[in-house]
Amino acid sequence: MSSAVTVAKVVRPHPRTAAGALLRRLLRDRRATVGLAVLVLAVLSAVFAPLLAPYDPQFQSDALFQAPSVRHWLGTDDLGRDLLSRILFGSRISLFVGITTVGLAALLGVVLGILSGYYGGWVDMLVMRYIDLQWAFPNFIIAVALVAVFGTGLENVIVAVTLAFLDDFARITRGMVLALREEDFVAAARAVGAGDRRIMLRHILPNAGSPIIVQATVSISYAILAEAGLSFLGLGVKPTTPTWGLILNDARPFFQSAWWLGIFPGLAIMLVVLSINFVGDGLRDLLDVKEYQGLHG
Amino acid sequence: MGRESPRTPGLLAAREGILVQEYLVRRILFALLVMWAVATLVFLMMRAIPGDPVRALVGFEGDPAVVEQVRRNLGLDRPLPVQYVRWLAALARGDLGNSIWNRQPVRTLLLEALPRTLSLAMFSFLIAVSLALPAGIVSAVRRYSLADHALTVAAFLGLAMPDFWVGIVLIIVFSVFFQVLPAFGYEPVSRGLWAWLSHLILPAVATGTSFAAILARMTRSALLEVLREDYVRTARAKGLEERAVILQHALRNALIPVITVMGIALALLLAGAVIAENVFAIRGVGRLLIEAILNRDYPIVQGTILVIAAIFVCMNLVVDLLYAVINPRIRYV
Repeated sequence: MSSAVTVAKVVRPHPRTAAGALLRRLLRDRRATVGLAVLVLAVLSAVFAPLLAPYDPQFQSDALFQAPSVRHWLGTDDLGRDLLSRILFGSRISLFVGITTVGLAALLGVVLGILSGYYGGWVDMLVMRYIDLQWAFPNFIIAVALVAVFGTGLENVIVAVTLAFLDDFARITRGMVLALREEDFVAAARAVGAGDRRIMLRHILPNAGSPIIVQATVSISYAILAEAGLSFLGLGVKPTTPTWGLILNDARPFFQSAWWLGIFPGLAIMLVVLSINFVGDGLRDLLDVKEYQGLHG
Repeated sequence: MGRESPRTPGLLAAREGILVQEYLVRRILFALLVMWAVATLVFLMMRAIPGDPVRALVGFEGDPAVVEQVRRNLGLDRPLPVQYVRWLAALARGDLGNSIWNRQPVRTLLLEALPRTLSLAMFSFLIAVSLALPAGIVSAVRRYSLADHALTVAAFLGLAMPDFWVGIVLIIVFSVFFQVLPAFGYEPVSRGLWAWLSHLILPAVATGTSFAAILARMTRSALLEVLREDYVRTARAKGLEERAVILQHALRNALIPVITVMGIALALLLAGAVIAENVFAIRGVGRLLIEAILNRDYPIVQGTILVIAAIFVCMNLVVDLLYAVINPRIRYV
């Protein structure tokens, strides 16, 4: 009995200390540190956008098409709205969509992957066929097709992007579970009478965590890009909401005269995605994750 | 030893040739299965859309008799399984139905749009490969040099920039400021090579940026891995020039994972083309799809999704086969 308990302790350190240790090690990576700093700034400015934004993002002044100046740091658009304020408020939607969709996709995908890898049989066959099918197509195209069915709007975009990114998590988790299922500590847990659910949640899942965390980080940046792309195509949130993709879409007729409308919202997207990728790369090195391979890969 | 030489001796090759054919048949069957599954999904999804397509067509104040007539004409009064079988039969004949808005056959619209999308995807593939392969090789061979660092930063940026934004920046720089390249539209090759190329350059670069970034990183890490192998040391030891070692011995093996990524990335390119076509107002498959979604022109949505799916399935097939060709060790038994 004691051996099973020890093993459980070894593989599952206290979550808070584990996260703290991970963060400390991550901060030794210069690129990841820069990425993390930019991300924290981005999240803070999204949360405090109403306090930080110099103007109401919907306020239409007489100052149309103002180039960047002291009064309007990033200029104004065709309706005299302040671009900086719109980008600040836009970050709320972009980050919110990126984080919620990947959170949901990870949750559902991990559940599917665990069930499929642990139980095998027809559950596994069904899940695998679904994963194979979706694997054949890029996530963005799947999201576009789903929006075509569900319609546009924030909720539908979230559902579409979630479903489009789900298969990645299911595949990775399934692979991990298949590798871990045969490990001694699982056999030990079963021998001391742990049930399926306990084994899946307490013993297998924590050990499958690293690749899932890395995938989640990467997916967030792709989800942000997907939302921006959908909004840019007019398939995203409602036209009045400021989001980065939509600001760029609105600006399309005016690139010839007002370059700042085309440049700054894209820079914002790039900066956030870049810093997430920096963090993701750092995590990948740190957790020693090789893509799509189990513990023994 | 067959392992080192790129070609396998005759008898083995003949035996493996049969295996390749078997593998080919299996892959094609699987591809057909995927297409059938996609077709079925598209059929079901289009019928699950909230709202009545006939009402959308006739208008909500339409005469009930007319509505019924249209419904009968479209075959929408039949039970679902009957509709499904008829739809599959039409598909097999290449009949994708007609646009709701302008009544044109979807097949005609797609045949018009496809060459544009394919030229765009292919051209951006060429640009990306011709930039990314040398970049990856330089990065690997001169690891940690200034060039390697610069290329790494470039790759990170390439991955982080949304395709459509790259397009916008290119338009602002090359069409607005320097006025050297057209910002919008597409010209067929029949109008002259330069007219065709000049309209494709900017969209192709925009489409290929993220692909080039992935490809360069993949090439770098694959080559670095291979350069540690014994046969590379052997090649060096027997006095081969470094150039020959890299290009003839290392690169060939390094290309195997790279080609897998190329398949995925080709799919990425087509997805990118969907966006680039909308930035650069090229009437390709992607623009057709987005316009149809915004107009709720479901027959076109169905048709374009199916065609895009078919392209992906074909490309996955090609990559699988290339994989077998480039690496004689892999014969998919």
